[in-house]
Amino acid sequence: MGSYPLTFHEFKQGLAEGELPGLKCEECGEGIVPPSAVCTACGSTRLSRTSFAGKGSIRTFTVIRVGPEGFTPPYIVALVELDEGPWVLGNLVGVDAASAGMDLMNKKVIVGSKVLPLKPSESGVEGVVLTFELT
Amino acid sequence: MRDVVILGVGMTKFGISNLSQKEMFAEAALDALQESQVKAGDLQALFVGNVLGDFEEGQINIAPFLAAEIGMRPEAPATRFECACASATVAVRHAVLMVRSGECDVVMAGGTERTAIMGTPLATKTFAMGSHSEYERFSGITFPGVFGMVAHQYAAKYGIPLESLKHAMAGVAVKNHKNGVLNPLAHFRKEISIDTVLQSPMIADPLQLFDCCPFSDGAAAIVIADAERYKDRVEKPILVAGTGQGSAGPVYRQKDLTRMAAREASAKRAYEEAGVGPSDIDVIELHDCFTIAEVVALEMLGIFDFGAAPEAIERGDTALDGKIPVNPSGGLKAKGHPIGATGAAQTYEIVKQLRGECGDRQVKDAEVGLVDTLGGDFSTVCTLVLRRY
Repeated sequence: MGSYPLTFHEFKQGLAEGELPGLKCEECGEGIVPPSAVCTACGSTRLSRTSFAGKGSIRTFTVIRVGPEGFTPPYIVALVELDEGPWVLGNLVGVDAASAGMDLMNKKVIVGSKVLPLKPSESGVEGVVLTFELT
Repeated sequence: MRDVVILGVGMTKFGISNLSQKEMFAEAALDALQESQVKAGDLQALFVGNVLGDFEEGQINIAPFLAAEIGMRPEAPATRFECACASATVAVRHAVLMVRSGECDVVMAGGTERTAIMGTPLATKTFAMGSHSEYERFSGITFPGVFGMVAHQYAAKYGIPLESLKHAMAGVAVKNHKNGVLNPLAHFRKEISIDTVLQSPMIADPLQLFDCCPFSDGAAAIVIADAERYKDRVEKPILVAGTGQGSAGPVYRQKDLTRMAAREASAKRAYEEAGVGPSDIDVIELHDCFTIAEVVALEMLGIFDFGAAPEAIERGDTALDGKIPVNPSGGLKAKGHPIGATGAAQTYEIVKQLRGECGDRQVKDAEVGLVDTLGGDFSTVCTLVLRRY
């Protein structure tokens, strides 16, 4: 019987310990984060747990000025390309969101994380979001 | 395989409605049946797009209620399709496939949605449920946010100053509002200027309020049938010449957001099935949920080269009297966006255009039309090629 290679729960635990956990494909070498059931490049199920260095570059971003319930705008959402290849979504922190501009593109960042406690009115599980800080 | 035709279409006025989803759908469906010269009791199945009915009216499993509402028989399966904003187009496509395969001879597809009663905070929260619930949602990403990221990436990739791109994007909104004035069923029937867009509040950089389509209420319905048995019921049956549907994972796996794998796969399939290419298309209804969405859709559908759409838009190529008129209905931007009904309304417009029934917004000599609908963060895209039969 197969088992999910790196669950959301395990991913969150790794982040809480200061790691950026992910998977490496034993067949083609692809790095995968956030985790997936199979290799996102070749489809193999031969995946092993690995850690990513947590360094990358901003590839695009937006400033959310009108957010969903439970979020406090303005804040920056960015897509970051990790040095190992995968792209991850998260919040750029430590930058004045209100005046963020195109000069952020391709800036180098370090990846961290932030736990979002579940509110009593919400179903689901406690969340976690990757955070990016400019180097 | 059998030829499949659209016999008739119906659509409510889009906007803010005090009708329920079932009442709106019934209006559109009865109009479509009337046009088609088909009775509800003859329909062999119902395929209906509905995305957030659970949150809007506390209604799940709406499809059998809709079937009963219009008088369909117990033998006819009725099924809800949920593919975010692409729901109704996917419902239409599956209706077409059922008829093409011979499983059914005459069916109805459509969609209904009542977004406005949710109010903006709940609507923004529920719309954001289209993002990956573990790995995207907690960033607070929104639909405008995703398309804001598309715009920034587009400007950087093609070396276009953001201000120039935003001017072309504003042009999309101006054009679609201008078309909306000519559409009696549109949510907004008011012209706007480039300044209206560029001076409106920022929603998700660089998208401003007038770069975004509204939340609307509305319904649309379409009767789809085997051509051989049913085409003589109406004067102008419209052939569903090709269909496509593509799927993609979360945004972070898609990487280059200016190229959406699901859309390119879906369009390729629809063109191939129809035996046509982008240059054969006379009129397009495409998914302009945000102005930048129209820019990139035009490129992925093969209408303009990659990186060339802003210039073509500035030239007026996509205007009603341009080389390739895009969103003559006003698009999602002005006609409105009742999410689960949108694809059926796009199909409605193309059918009317190909029949030559669009009055002041009629595209001259339109023979082949394209419907393009995007759901979620480009995770579902559905394409239809329609032509006169």
